[in-house]
Amino acid sequence: MRIPCPYCGDRDVQEFVYRGDAAPRRPDGEDGMFDYVYLRDNPAGAMREHWYHAQGCRTWIVVTRDTVTHRIEGAVLARDTNR
Amino acid sequence: MSRYSVFSLLAHALGGHRSWVPAWRDAAPTEGYDIIIIGGGGHGLATAYYLAKVHGITKVAVLEKGWIGGGNAGRNTTIIRSNYGLPGNEAFYEWSMKLWEGLEQELNYNAMVSQRGVLNLYHSDAQRDAYARRGNAMRLHGVDAELLDRDGVQKVVPFLNFDSARFPIQGALLQGRGGTARHDAVVWGYARAASALGVDIIQNCEVTGFLRDASGTVTGVETTRGSISANKIGLAVAGNTSRVASLAGLRLPIESHVLQAFVSEGLKPAIPGVITFGAGHFYISQSDKGGLVFGGDIDGYNSYASRGNMPVVEDVCEGGMALMPMIGRARMLRSWGGIADMSMDGSPIIDHTPIDGLYLNGGWCYGGFKATPASGWCFAHLLATDTPHETATAFRLDRFATGHLIDEKGQGAQPNLH
Repeated sequence: MRIPCPYCGDRDVQEFVYRGDAAPRRPDGEDGMFDYVYLRDNPAGAMREHWYHAQGCRTWIVVTRDTVTHRIEGAVLARDTNR
Repeated sequence: MSRYSVFSLLAHALGGHRSWVPAWRDAAPTEGYDIIIIGGGGHGLATAYYLAKVHGITKVAVLEKGWIGGGNAGRNTTIIRSNYGLPGNEAFYEWSMKLWEGLEQELNYNAMVSQRGVLNLYHSDAQRDAYARRGNAMRLHGVDAELLDRDGVQKVVPFLNFDSARFPIQGALLQGRGGTARHDAVVWGYARAASALGVDIIQNCEVTGFLRDASGTVTGVETTRGSISANKIGLAVAGNTSRVASLAGLRLPIESHVLQAFVSEGLKPAIPGVITFGAGHFYISQSDKGGLVFGGDIDGYNSYASRGNMPVVEDVCEGGMALMPMIGRARMLRSWGGIADMSMDGSPIIDHTPIDGLYLNGGWCYGGFKATPASGWCFAHLLATDTPHETATAFRLDRFATGHLIDEKGQGAQPNLH
């Protein structure tokens, strides 16, 4: 897989660190913390996920990738996503 | 079911091998069952077999979306072992090992269980201490474990790169009773034995939904071959657990990841047992056909594609070359990927779900094959008695909420690190 980093362009997946599903949002209090830490949709198909360009620009990005085909639709900077 | 023996083999041979019959019935679904098992892999078929054999429940169907053993049962590296350190795990995996040891007689099927030993190499003082601790934990559970020093390892596997400048081999933790088994034969053996006891094995039958009554209790399944009712339904679809559970509205502490495995061309016997590299993630054994079977880490990202990417191929081969340079001239014959049901603490789940009538067996991560017999035994126990088997009491679904995690590797809630 090659990941289209918004800063660096297409880069080999080896330069990135994977963090998983970008959907869960950390709750303010204890309520919902279990869901946030442990439960996952684990979709078969398109998924938005966090990758960290550790060996590049060192920014967190949100990649949209199909978990069935490994096809990558695109990537944006994580800080630009709607939080 | 006709019994397999040397005499039956001779009789068939004298008849030119024209008299063999299928080992199990290719059943069509009936209207209802006491228990439906979703998933015709090793775990599902073992569950069905022990339901019939141990608990006398024979009105059981195993539903398989493809053909039996065509999922992860056919994609693993066939290693069996019970060298775990944590109390919640060790008793269970040792129960599995005990079942492996009697499996072929039990099933009247040659599963090629070969206790050729599993050797976990250590490369530093700290790693030796950790392995000694794990070995002691095993022995406290009555499991064989032996800590070998460098000379002890050299006697068994002299071909390793002992004096590697970066990762010299200091010794190993050996479980002599560990080894390998023939993955397909395990599935076929359970299928044949279960079918003979009256279990319906229904292939090409994909579950597309659950039937629920007004109270929400699961009463059956919708499948590509029609609706089938059941009093209880067990999920044994590791790799696809989240997908099937989502049909019942369940979200689980599981992610699906791809794990690659590799096999070389056939070689003369060279590697006596299973060897794991302690300084990288690489493990290897040699199949009875002669191929070197090896693997390493999961790729590390969510995936339902049964294939991985090149960085892990490279990483695994580098590990192999660091450990045993002699394999460098062997050609890789093929590689494949299996979908591992990675749970949030790296340990499996065998439990009720919050939905009445629905039971879960999943989260096997990359270690489901060795667990096949005990997984079936314990899941059958749960389905039949509604209480967990004594060796599987820790594999609760609610442990993630209560904090009773079984984190063998100590990585926390990040599946791609387990």
